[in-house]
Amino acid sequence: MIGPPTHWSVAQTVDRIRRGVVSALEVTEAHLARIESRQHLNAFISTTPDEARTTAASIDAARAGGESLGPLAGVPIAIKDNILVSGVPCTCGSRILRGWMPPYEATVTERLRRAGAVIVGKANCDEFAMGSSTENSAYGPSRNPHDPTRIPGGSSGGSAVAVADFQSMAALGSDTGGSVRQPAGHCGIVGLKPTYGAVSRWGLVAFASSLDQIGVFGRTVADTKSVFDVIRGHDPHDSTSMLLPPERPIPERLTVGMPRECFGDGLDADVRTAVKGAADALRQAGHSIVEVSLPHSQYTIAAYYIICTAEASSNLARYDGVKYGHRTDTVDDLFSMYRRTRAEGFGAEVKRRILLGTYVLSAGYYEAYYGTAQKVRARIAGDFARAFETVDCLLTPTSPTVAFRLGEKVDDPLAMYLSDIYTTSINLAGLPGVSVPCGTSSAGLPIGAQIIGRPFEEHIILATAEVIERTTSLVGKQGA
Amino acid sequence: MTSKQRYEPVIGLEVHAQLLTDSKIFCGCRSAYGGVANAQTCPVCLGLPGALPVLNRRAVEYATRTILAVGGRVNPLSIFARKNYFYPDLPKGYQISQYDRPLGAGGTIAITEDGNGISIGLIRIHVEEDAGKSFHPENAGDEDTTLVDMNRCGVPLIEIVSRPDIRSPRQAGLYLTRLRQILEYLEVCSGNMEEGALRCDANVSVRPVGESAFGTRTEVKNMNSIRGVERALAFEIERQTRLLQSGGTVVQETLLWDEKAQTAHPMRSKEESSDYRYFPEPDLLPLRIAPEWIESVRASLPEMPEARARRLVQQYGITTYDASVLTDTRALAEYYEATVRHFADGKKAANWIMTEVLRVIKERGIGIGDFPVKPEALAELLGMVEAGTISGKMAKDIFERMVASGQRASEIVKSEGLEQLSDDGVLIAVIDAVIADNPGQLAKYKAGRAQLLGFFVGETMKRTQGRANPQRVNELLRERLGAPGG
Repeated sequence: MIGPPTHWSVAQTVDRIRRGVVSALEVTEAHLARIESRQHLNAFISTTPDEARTTAASIDAARAGGESLGPLAGVPIAIKDNILVSGVPCTCGSRILRGWMPPYEATVTERLRRAGAVIVGKANCDEFAMGSSTENSAYGPSRNPHDPTRIPGGSSGGSAVAVADFQSMAALGSDTGGSVRQPAGHCGIVGLKPTYGAVSRWGLVAFASSLDQIGVFGRTVADTKSVFDVIRGHDPHDSTSMLLPPERPIPERLTVGMPRECFGDGLDADVRTAVKGAADALRQAGHSIVEVSLPHSQYTIAAYYIICTAEASSNLARYDGVKYGHRTDTVDDLFSMYRRTRAEGFGAEVKRRILLGTYVLSAGYYEAYYGTAQKVRARIAGDFARAFETVDCLLTPTSPTVAFRLGEKVDDPLAMYLSDIYTTSINLAGLPGVSVPCGTSSAGLPIGAQIIGRPFEEHIILATAEVIERTTSLVGKQGA
Repeated sequence: MTSKQRYEPVIGLEVHAQLLTDSKIFCGCRSAYGGVANAQTCPVCLGLPGALPVLNRRAVEYATRTILAVGGRVNPLSIFARKNYFYPDLPKGYQISQYDRPLGAGGTIAITEDGNGISIGLIRIHVEEDAGKSFHPENAGDEDTTLVDMNRCGVPLIEIVSRPDIRSPRQAGLYLTRLRQILEYLEVCSGNMEEGALRCDANVSVRPVGESAFGTRTEVKNMNSIRGVERALAFEIERQTRLLQSGGTVVQETLLWDEKAQTAHPMRSKEESSDYRYFPEPDLLPLRIAPEWIESVRASLPEMPEARARRLVQQYGITTYDASVLTDTRALAEYYEATVRHFADGKKAANWIMTEVLRVIKERGIGIGDFPVKPEALAELLGMVEAGTISGKMAKDIFERMVASGQRASEIVKSEGLEQLSDDGVLIAVIDAVIADNPGQLAKYKAGRAQLLGFFVGETMKRTQGRANPQRVNELLRERLGAPGG
């Protein structure tokens, strides 16, 4: 008995479609039905059933015609709604972009389509990817499938829910300070944030350009890797995307570092236990665990929020009501049009960050804030570089706590920001990181462990995550 | 203070030059002037969400060429920055420019004023993108209508910032003329100020003569010709001087020059944005330039105007003045040298080009590149005069017809039978007829009125429609008429 297609792995699905055990259309229909019946979790802002059926049918036709199928043929995928799919509205979870139809396609979605993936919809997210709970979406919050009174994490919460709840087999998100890894941890799935420059940002609506990276959600490490392999690589449209260097062979015996700063105050006891369990699993598999230090960790959140808000204030200036998106109805003159358009179109968190960013860049404060934050950023990157002189990768918790309840932190932005305390430094340093399930809390909520690697060593952190996955996998345990 | 203090102006210029690349600075869209509004746009230059800039190598090469030509330094590492401000022409809400690490630093522009050489220092030359254009059509039916054309968005610019070394509106004009000449020689900018390819903002202050500290400066914008710059500066210097002489103080502000009214008035404060919140552009990597690349660009620099003028004097024996006129633009110098390749007398060619060719160009308001008579064709015409095939006077008529029709001189001469008559048999027959038809004039000549020779020459030229070789006509007439009074 092979169970419903929604619960298959990517490899199983592609294999069965290739062999004709199942049609791509059947796989698609199963997922569309699941999406339809699970709307209370609000995983999607918009769905694309017609296009999905057309794509699936064309894959079936190609197979019938004897053509070879791509590596993701017939795999239903959700795309975070800040990544452009040509001809499908892109909102970024914001009122200001409601109804905006992008006239072009992101490089990642183009690569997914070429590989045969079936895009089923645009996943819900915090507005412009700003948030850690997906409560900042103008289209309502998403809900955690393990406990619908709880948040799924953010900002790629909709993508995480879609995958964890079997509404799509994999999903793309974006990770600026943990927005793929943290919701993956909270939803009990795998979330990969690649090295900065490993995946093209062409078609990803910018939040903080020097930190943003498109990431992948999968229910297993293998699923995650198969999607990453399709989207990675240099893109002439993105100057910061890199030619991938040759891969270092995966060491038989890994040296895994545990930064002592990540296991101090503020870490939930259940999370601590689960991550230590992941370390034990690695040890039992013959790898060695050593303690390391990242001495500038305490400055991470401060530096991160200065840099990301500074860049956000600039990136979001284009939403002025002149060329596309929402425009206010009441216009006196140009400047009042800008003001009212932005006042009506942006939510509270976005406004907060624009104001912060504008302030830290303003004349007289630039050096004190932005200049200092850049120096701290260099120190943090230096901490990692030193650690990687002796270890192959690092192991930390993904988040200090399990998923909190909806509304619990919305009025306390600082508390919300702290839920990204273990993930943001990886974006500042441009490193790859993956969150892999490593256990559950006493209340049965998922806990994620984060593996951090050297630049362009995604294969090594994924292999490490796989070891943990083998002992603590939650696959099949979440809500039916 | 009873006597009025004398003041001198201190002027620094910021010039934006549009680079003549085929495509825009961060995308593949055409950067040509004009075109259907918004037709030359894409997600990148429109700043659509998700679009990213990719730097145009050619734009960097053109900027580097300019920096090297004025003796500046090319920084091996320069950084693009965002200059943030709200404006409907600026689709991203920021302009990608360079700030504290520009591509070029230093260099000078040499000008000559009343025979004196003056060197104007440069602070920096940096690379940036242009913004779009707003239109406020008067007959759109709605007075509040604003139309935006984004075709210009992303056109590559260099900004050339001078030191405050300029001391008069005239020097400012000479500086701009020189700068435009250099850009034209480098073939990096059309220099056309009406099309906005060359734009100038001026920082101006005045101070008591002898004072070394600068006064409070104002910035004057919106000037679209070199004369406009000179007039605007004269206006602003006069305004500031009067203000100070009457005990007032200059307020630091930005003024817009109104060419029609010949006055400058302050920009509305709303339009002024002083805090651009610059920070490094995260979508572009720092620009690293290899020394070998700089050297290859240096090796490709053309001969610059002063060097070329010196060479022309030496090579063709023309005067320094002629050489300076002929090297005014690279295209004119090319035209002259191409002509001389086919017609060896450099002085005669220079004279003809400076009088006839430049006159026509000026009358028609065209550039030498659009002049219908190509150098080989002009050389052929000059060669026909030299060979005596046509007279110098005839040559000017033929030249006009060449300009009008684009035909070659030889074609015109041949099809209309305009070759000079030098055949004695034909000429003598005409001369004898003229003498026979004018017995009265002949008698007076014989009686000693020597100046009547001119009458007989004129009649002969008339009857040959100007084709007779005047020198031979003179000689033959003397023979036939004999000595006056004889």
